[in-house]
Amino acid sequence: MSFPLRRRVWLTFAGFGALAVAACVVAPLVGTTPVSLGRAFDRSIPFEANVDAQILFVARLPRTLAGAIVGAALAAAGVVLQALLRNPLASPFTLGVSAGAALGAMLAITFIPPLGLAGLPGVTVASFAGALGAVAVVYLLAGVRHRGLSTDVLLLAGVTLNAFLSALILLVQYFADFSQTVRTVRWLMGDLDVSSYLPIVAALPLLLVALVAFAWLPRALNLFALGAEHAAARGIDVPRAQRVAFFSASLVTGAAVSLGGPVGFVGIVVPHLVRLMVGADHRVVLPAATLFGAAFLVSCDVIARTVLAPMELPVGIITALIGGPFFLWLLLRQR
Amino acid sequence: MNVRPRATGDRLPAGAWSGSTSGRAGLQARRISVGGGGSHGADLQGRVGAAGLTAMTFILLVVLALSACSRPQPQVHDSPQRIVSLVPAVTEMLFAMGAGDRVVGVSSFDRYPPEASTRVKVGGLIDPDLERILSLRPDLVVVYSSQDELREQLRRSGIPTFDYRHAGLADVTVTIRELGRRLGNARTADDLAASIERRIGAVGQSVADLPRPRTALIFGRQPLSLRNVYVSGGVGFLHDILTAAGADNVFADVSRESLQATSETLLSRAPELIVELHYGRAMSPDDLARERSVWNGLSGVPAVRSGRIVQLVGDEFVVPGPRVADAAERMARAIHAGASSRE
Repeated sequence: MSFPLRRRVWLTFAGFGALAVAACVVAPLVGTTPVSLGRAFDRSIPFEANVDAQILFVARLPRTLAGAIVGAALAAAGVVLQALLRNPLASPFTLGVSAGAALGAMLAITFIPPLGLAGLPGVTVASFAGALGAVAVVYLLAGVRHRGLSTDVLLLAGVTLNAFLSALILLVQYFADFSQTVRTVRWLMGDLDVSSYLPIVAALPLLLVALVAFAWLPRALNLFALGAEHAAARGIDVPRAQRVAFFSASLVTGAAVSLGGPVGFVGIVVPHLVRLMVGADHRVVLPAATLFGAAFLVSCDVIARTVLAPMELPVGIITALIGGPFFLWLLLRQR
Repeated sequence: MNVRPRATGDRLPAGAWSGSTSGRAGLQARRISVGGGGSHGADLQGRVGAAGLTAMTFILLVVLALSACSRPQPQVHDSPQRIVSLVPAVTEMLFAMGAGDRVVGVSSFDRYPPEASTRVKVGGLIDPDLERILSLRPDLVVVYSSQDELREQLRRSGIPTFDYRHAGLADVTVTIRELGRRLGNARTADDLAASIERRIGAVGQSVADLPRPRTALIFGRQPLSLRNVYVSGGVGFLHDILTAAGADNVFADVSRESLQATSETLLSRAPELIVELHYGRAMSPDDLARERSVWNGLSGVPAVRSGRIVQLVGDEFVVPGPRVADAAERMARAIHAGASSRE
């Protein structure tokens, strides 16, 4: 009984892992500027003067890594939240985390003089703080009258918080001036051109912590589908599993959004896409979605930066333009 | 997710160059569709719209009644004496051609000349306050050419309008001359336009024999990072000023006013000089030094390696008004500072 599953898990890791690795290896090699690998790795040219190496390691590699982190984080968070909320329409943005991050970013762009924290741009720090604020509010609301979390309250609180924060975002934008408005609008479209490794390094610990939590979750997520009582009857500490699911998914979403902005679509559709490919068992779905999310966003970003070069399309537009029809095709083909 | 922008993608930075005036306005127009993901923005707009409509209808009726009483005065052909300008660049033109005392209302974004900020503020591109405009009893209102609704409302109130459409550097003096004729100030306006053209011509002459550095003109980015770097493309007023000031735009082949430049584009276009504009807020020398050092992350760009980064602070670089000549002179001096002192 466990053998086929274990094999499936390994196959998933191998298959989707290979896909993710391939995307991350190929992406830095693709771009509008021809790059000579020989020159890029030629140690005799000082790095300051080696444009090929700089394009590879300063321009392309950070955004590939950022794409992998953001894609993996959002897809995994999507899987976890869809299971936790027992709602196929849930996404990492359902609970207001990204709206909180957006409000933080808007406030930083509009009102706070440009300050950094430990080398991180103020916008990144402020958006992560905003995400944390939103997580705290939703958690307190959902836990206030229940032992554990009420998923209904969680969902409604999240949706309401989203609406409330959106109004605040409108308000902040109304006071922004021209250049600030450009930047806020652009931030909302998602952007992986992080231009340095520092934000990636800052986001990585959160991603790793969340991945450890996710590794512990799949059995609980499978049983959530049957309802809290059934899950408890099967020996799951439901309130604890809910808390772990909620916090790990929310924190990793906050980290992803402060790194790349609220890149849409990955968090809601990649989980479904992967379910169509590998079935509904979270022990397979969760790792598959994590790896596929990374590969998907990295690929979308390659398209975003090449298709209209030297202009660049916001990656959030590409994810929906490509992912939408692909998902529908898969959906119809399965029926 | 309620905060995703919709359909703002490809044209986002278009017009952004025109800076604190018309670019700002263009973005404001999109603001409604940005925040609410649809419903909230629409609700907000709807509610404001309903209240505004009722108020506006009432005022229109009153104004129509009043203007019916005073119909016999032919206002259109006389030179306007009470002007409302919703366009900061045009406000500057009006003051520069000596018609500042006739300006009774300005947009909410007017900051120059200082006297302009003493006038009544009447909103901007997407939120012109019709009630306030009418209460100023203007006999000319300068509107953006895209403000169809406002123009129609003003037409119904019998108030003439002047359409502002922004384009390249050459269009600044065209607008000044046109405005002068409309105001009965043709002589002063022509003199002003001619002096601007002469000064820009002189700038061109002064740099004619100097080497033209391959330059990236940056007019916006996320503070303290190299994210969201916006550069001037090969058309529009910023590109024209850069060209007049004796530099070659490395993005000249992109037939847009602005584009977002990624680290890769900056590395591959390899500008020898970076001109960066700062505006809208004061920058201390420390601020400037900090922003300048951010570029060290891209040492593969020749301009960064050789330290040729020019920072220019001032609104004149982003307002296509009469100060374009100042902007061109300052930019030329900054670009060729090293060259002339070396020679």
